[in-house]
Amino acid sequence: MVTTTLPSTPTAPTPTTTLNEKIGGWHILSALLENKPGVLFRVTNLFRARNFNIESITVGSTEQPDLSRMTITLNSDERTLDQLAKQLRKLIDVVEVKVLDTDKTVYRELALIKMNAGDPTTRMEITNFASIFRANILDIGKETITVELTGTPDKIEAFKNLVDHFGITQLARTGVSALPRGAEL
Amino acid sequence: MVEMIGAKALIHALEKEGVDIVFGLPGGANLPIYDALVDANFRHILVRHEQSASHMADGYARIKRKAGVCFATSGPGATNLITGIATAHADSSPMIAVTGQVPLAMIGKDAFQETDIIGVANPCTKYAFQPRSAHEIPETVKKAFYIAESGRPGPVLIDIPKDVQQSSADMNFPELIKVRGYSPVVDADLSQLGKSVEILLNAERPIIMGGGGVILSGAFSELQAVAEILMAPVVTTFKGKGSFPENHPLAMGPIGMHGHAEANKMILEADCILAVGARFSDRSVGRYDEFGRGMSIIHMDVDPAEIGKNKSVDVAVIGDVKSSLRTLLKMLSKVIVKKDQDNPWLRRRKELIDHYAETLKDYPRDLTARKALKKLREILPANSIATTEVGQCQMWASLHFDVISPGTFFSSTGLGTMGFGFPASIGAKAARPVVPVVDIAGDGSFNMTENSLAVSVLDNLPVIVFLMNNYMLGMVAQWQRTFYNRRYSGVHQRNCPDYVKIAQAYGAQGIKAQSLSELEKAIRSALNMEVATVIDIIIDPEEDVYPFVIPGTGLKDMVTG
Repeated sequence: MVTTTLPSTPTAPTPTTTLNEKIGGWHILSALLENKPGVLFRVTNLFRARNFNIESITVGSTEQPDLSRMTITLNSDERTLDQLAKQLRKLIDVVEVKVLDTDKTVYRELALIKMNAGDPTTRMEITNFASIFRANILDIGKETITVELTGTPDKIEAFKNLVDHFGITQLARTGVSALPRGAEL
Repeated sequence: MVEMIGAKALIHALEKEGVDIVFGLPGGANLPIYDALVDANFRHILVRHEQSASHMADGYARIKRKAGVCFATSGPGATNLITGIATAHADSSPMIAVTGQVPLAMIGKDAFQETDIIGVANPCTKYAFQPRSAHEIPETVKKAFYIAESGRPGPVLIDIPKDVQQSSADMNFPELIKVRGYSPVVDADLSQLGKSVEILLNAERPIIMGGGGVILSGAFSELQAVAEILMAPVVTTFKGKGSFPENHPLAMGPIGMHGHAEANKMILEADCILAVGARFSDRSVGRYDEFGRGMSIIHMDVDPAEIGKNKSVDVAVIGDVKSSLRTLLKMLSKVIVKKDQDNPWLRRRKELIDHYAETLKDYPRDLTARKALKKLREILPANSIATTEVGQCQMWASLHFDVISPGTFFSSTGLGTMGFGFPASIGAKAARPVVPVVDIAGDGSFNMTENSLAVSVLDNLPVIVFLMNNYMLGMVAQWQRTFYNRRYSGVHQRNCPDYVKIAQAYGAQGIKAQSLSELEKAIRSALNMEVATVIDIIIDPEEDVYPFVIPGTGLKDMVTG
């Protein structure tokens, strides 16, 4: 195989630096979906097929019985976020997709955390932490305490780190639900 | 409101959509549909394998620019359709695939011939419906056609359980339909077009890249007018081959892995690309990171999700490209009378074409793929339709067969489906019976759907199979020669079968051509025959396709021989 030599190119294209597309960030998307069978499959299949890495998804009913709201959180650069929103909008069962501005959004997650709490001191300590974090004690047994905590993912993470050394035996998080602040729809 | 069974409602809804032909094969789960079909006012073509039904519907759709329709039964019938559905999806071809399904109560029980075809079809359809009661059928069909044909077209599947086909309901056939989550963009944003005009006027070396979207929206005259007012050379993607007449003084042919050398070279030297209905696929642009550096890119596309998917662009014009080009033309004609024909950029075009005409040598044989295709072009009327199979034959067609009349060349460009060309050519013939239709084929691909000869002969849809035969899976062999040190593995077809006899066995004409003069006679004979002809053209198994942009490299690294 031989590469042919050519008459010289009149002007060589100069490489330009494009915007730094690698800058990551935490994003929340809110989507309204048709509330019917198969829709959740279509959305999650899209994530898989197009290689989108999602942090959390929540789906539930809305004020309109025929629509459900899906809240998606992810860590990504702007370009991936843009593609995700566009690909979601392209799905026929997806009625609306909004990328929420995290500063103008209320968002919460719920976590259930079960910890080892065999001795009374530990139980006291956990109960104290729980009240500082405004968490509820849902269950106390001889060996464990289960706490319900609502807040931003950061708050849940902070509580988790605080109680980690007691030994978390089980943890369940719901993922983030979000709505824009004020009158904005 | 009229009372009828689901199957009848399906047929009636298809009639109302103006369907004139359906390609399919019956089975247990679509018997009610086939019973209703007896009284239909459209034609049914019985295929020999469901894959061919979906390719025929696709070929039909690409010519008519409206949805082609295919039928199959549940389970294996439906899964056999999938290759053709995925092909149509990759090439944005409108299609309605109607499959039978086991009765509602049997769904999920792993019943005989049950497949979760909705699940299977999801990633390769624009949408998939499963009406769960008969009265939903008319509205479902209406929505299916609307979704398949509007915006960026694509295949839609309707999976109908057998009891839904059989049960009776009061049917209401809607004239208009809305789909809440679906609103394709039609008219482009004027401010984006304004920016485009500014960039194009300031460009010294503008180039137009015509993609498949030009063909899908039939924007041929608009593209030509924009090219002529800008005096910009026009390259195409492979899917866009035939979006612009390839004998036009501004034409440069397809770019890409096996694009025209001058086109690959020219686009890298441009300072502005107007990409029309193209998606910057890896096969077209080589490396995403290299392509388009230092150039302004204007991207017109009907699908917003294509903007920025593979390539960041400077201006995005979202909308139907025909309407976008029309508005762009109006804006341009207010500011340009006509650009100078004699400028350094157009001289460069000529220089590159001459350079490569001189340096790119043909394979040293009397009968080569290149000579065969040039001969075919010379004899075929300009308005003939060509489809291709996949592999070397396809890339040779891209390189050596010029499309003169826009919108007359079709190939499986996205999915690269072997076996596409022949049934697609039959579908194209059904759509436009008055012009000659040729499948530019290789032996490996033709093997996959050659039983469609029965359809071609029995249903009077005569096409020409231009079979460049090296008894080899030639493209794979070429890669094994190039990248695997000639260690051939699984590529030899070992002189089997005899294609002349295959043709004759189906009642078609078979002609062997071992020289250019025999080939010329064979083409002329085929054009005069009222039955399908297979021309078995014997070529050398070592003839490679060049130029070649090695995967993972950029267009600048093109190897020419």
